Amino acid sequence: MALDTRNETIHSMTRRTALLMPALALGSHALAQGAGATDKPQRGGTLSYAVTAEPPTYDLHQTATFAVMHRLSPHYSTLLAYEPGKYPNIIGDLAQSWTISPDLLTYTFKLHPNVKFHDGTTLTAEDVRVSYERLRNPPKGVSSFRQPSFAQIKSIETPDSLTVVFRMVKVDASIMDTFASPWNSIFSAEKLKADPTFPVKNVMGTGPFKFVEHVAGSHWVGERFNDYFKAGKPYLDGFRAITMTPSAMVNAMAGKQIMAEFRGFTPNERDRIVKALGPDAQTHESPWMLHMLMNFNCEKKPFDDPRVRRAVSLAIDRWGGSANLSKVSQLGSIGGLVRPGSKWAASEAEMVQWPGYGRDMAANRAEAKRLLKEAGYENLSFTMINRNQQPYITAGVFIIDQLRQIGVKVEDKQVEIAAWYSAQTSGNFEALLDSFTQFSDDPTNVLVKYISTDRAPDVAIQRAIDRELDSLFDRQAEMVDPVERKKLVRQFENRLLDQAYAIPILWWQRIVVMETRVQGWTMSPTHMIYQDLADIWLK
Amino acid sequence: MAMLTRLLKNALLFCRLQPLGALGLLIIVVMASCAVLAEQVTFYNPEAVDFGAMLTGPSAEHPFGTDSFGRDIFTRIVYGARTALTIGFLSSMIGCHIGAAIGIASAYHGGWVDLVLQRFIDIILSFPIVVLALVVVAVMGKTMVLGIDLNLVFAIAIPIIPRSCRVIRAATLSIRTQPYVDAARAGGYSTVYILLRYIAPNVIAPFLVLLTAYIAQAILLEASLSFLGLGVTEPKPAWGLMLAGDSANFYNEAPWMILFPGLAISLSVFAFNLFGDSLRDWFDPKYRN
Repeated sequence: MALDTRNETIHSMTRRTALLMPALALGSHALAQGAGATDKPQRGGTLSYAVTAEPPTYDLHQTATFAVMHRLSPHYSTLLAYEPGKYPNIIGDLAQSWTISPDLLTYTFKLHPNVKFHDGTTLTAEDVRVSYERLRNPPKGVSSFRQPSFAQIKSIETPDSLTVVFRMVKVDASIMDTFASPWNSIFSAEKLKADPTFPVKNVMGTGPFKFVEHVAGSHWVGERFNDYFKAGKPYLDGFRAITMTPSAMVNAMAGKQIMAEFRGFTPNERDRIVKALGPDAQTHESPWMLHMLMNFNCEKKPFDDPRVRRAVSLAIDRWGGSANLSKVSQLGSIGGLVRPGSKWAASEAEMVQWPGYGRDMAANRAEAKRLLKEAGYENLSFTMINRNQQPYITAGVFIIDQLRQIGVKVEDKQVEIAAWYSAQTSGNFEALLDSFTQFSDDPTNVLVKYISTDRAPDVAIQRAIDRELDSLFDRQAEMVDPVERKKLVRQFENRLLDQAYAIPILWWQRIVVMETRVQGWTMSPTHMIYQDLADIWLK
Repeated sequence: MAMLTRLLKNALLFCRLQPLGALGLLIIVVMASCAVLAEQVTFYNPEAVDFGAMLTGPSAEHPFGTDSFGRDIFTRIVYGARTALTIGFLSSMIGCHIGAAIGIASAYHGGWVDLVLQRFIDIILSFPIVVLALVVVAVMGKTMVLGIDLNLVFAIAIPIIPRSCRVIRAATLSIRTQPYVDAARAGGYSTVYILLRYIAPNVIAPFLVLLTAYIAQAILLEASLSFLGLGVTEPKPAWGLMLAGDSANFYNEAPWMILFPGLAISLSVFAFNLFGDSLRDWFDPKYRN
């Protein structure tokens, strides 16, 4: 299956088209998003869907995993949100309206009146202020996974109970995306003041669904919140998120034991489900805002040497990997640090100049061997920490084979997700196969993964300090002119790929399959948005 | 030389009287030879990815076809035999030896020693063999020595211990009451001498049968654990691992990905069971007479 990496079109198709896909070039189709888009929503029913990992916490501020987002998003609201069907347009969620000062340093939001928490209390501006203070200055015992995103907020004021004013230190070109982030859920100020860790183990928001129960390893249940502030929504009576392994998920979909799964399937899994469900299947496909990368521990040998890091990058045939692995896994496009096909992405002519992105693999491998010899690591061997699930396993097999061709031996140590996170935070790794996803293509959200570790220790785990990179990051974050900003993004990429503290491998492709009776869901390049289920109804 | 001749004669007699056992032994010998001479018998690197040959059916170039990475399945089965036989043999040896030692000691001493040991064995026996191995390997993780995961070997050996202990204990109980054992005790020989000189040689027969039977069990257990992702991991070749992952996804387009590893597991377990059954008959005095 050949995806046009420059085409941002999101594909939704019926069973007939999905079965014809091996014979058709996908890029020629641009169908309407969501089957039955003109049908009138019907109330009632319980949506059942699979989630393939357990949530390590209930606190959206402190995590970045879909295992939390796909369960917790229906229970919370955010200040802004991305408009369904028109990503990346931003609309209000809790915010009814807003104004931005001409100097881009003051953002004033007017909240919807009479928004209720699930315990019946009324949301005020104070709840928004306290939630954002928690995000930008987390109290002891709390971590804010995306804390650098809030670095430019100078103060948050609440002149009245329905008005929130954010004053900035300097211009932040990505601040509107920050306000629309699905991770920045609004918690109750009263609950946070009593216990700053309240959201870690408790679920109480203003979202379309109330929390009912969570049975670890089994299921998560939510029911409609009748006092939801958006009249007429949600349409569903409730939802049931069922924990299951990826292979069980395919069988469960094929057997109609679940109606959907919102993260993604491989091309082959999609074909199996479509074949089993027949006309009851609908598929949605899109390039994914998620990429596989290899992090090096730049504090330890051998990866404290940039020649070794660059050699590893040079050895990987990304073009061959993309063309072939996309047939059998979720790995797909080639790209740099920003999503290929997005407005910030490099062209192919720019990409082939980067180390490891040239098409002449013989020359690349020869250069890799030369660098290893020069660095004194001709018989390099190291351990790569990897996750024991797909497509990490596939990526691991691919990388090991690529490095074998330059004489490098890699031991692929596959671990459970908890051990994988532990290795990241403790620094107890030589190389670690990682993935990074964001909710927005905005470069500030994406490039934060690659800045100096002391500035973003939870995210930039490669334990490298590079002030030149940090400077480029800060300059692009303030740059409002998109042309100039893109130049700075390119400079950042050039610097990072030259130093290779962490190296992108391949970007993923998102394939979502669900039953045709599930209506109102919106596909996007990220699996982190449109998961509040407020617009979903069952036919 | 005379001993070698006697051994050969016995072997030929075994083959004549136990044709199925001979067949099993032949399969085992062929498998073991392939495992030892894998580099000579195969033409590909078992871990080498070949994008140009992904999901290719059986052909002259790839007799068992290729997998979703273009890796030759015949090569991976031959190298997988190394993994299976090494882990199977080691686990069975360790488990049966430890079990036999406990069984002999427990039966010979009797009394409270036998009582305590057997209650301990009862506790381990109450766990299903797969569940116990699964728990042990999940808790202990990996310890690689010379390319072999020792924790996996012990995880498979542990459930074998109580089972072999029970069989050897039963055999020892009948030998313990023999007059020559009493005579040795009366003669002042030490316990260790009696156990090694009089007891152990007389339980060799059931011990050998157990050993072969549990090699089959161990191979199956290793395949199960690798299938579940707790044993050997990619890209190393292992039969159970070859059945997991992409094999299930491509069973329609590439059934050979499941067929040949499945056949390898079945054939090896069948061969060891055949050989073990024949050994049991061979050592049975009624049969010999």
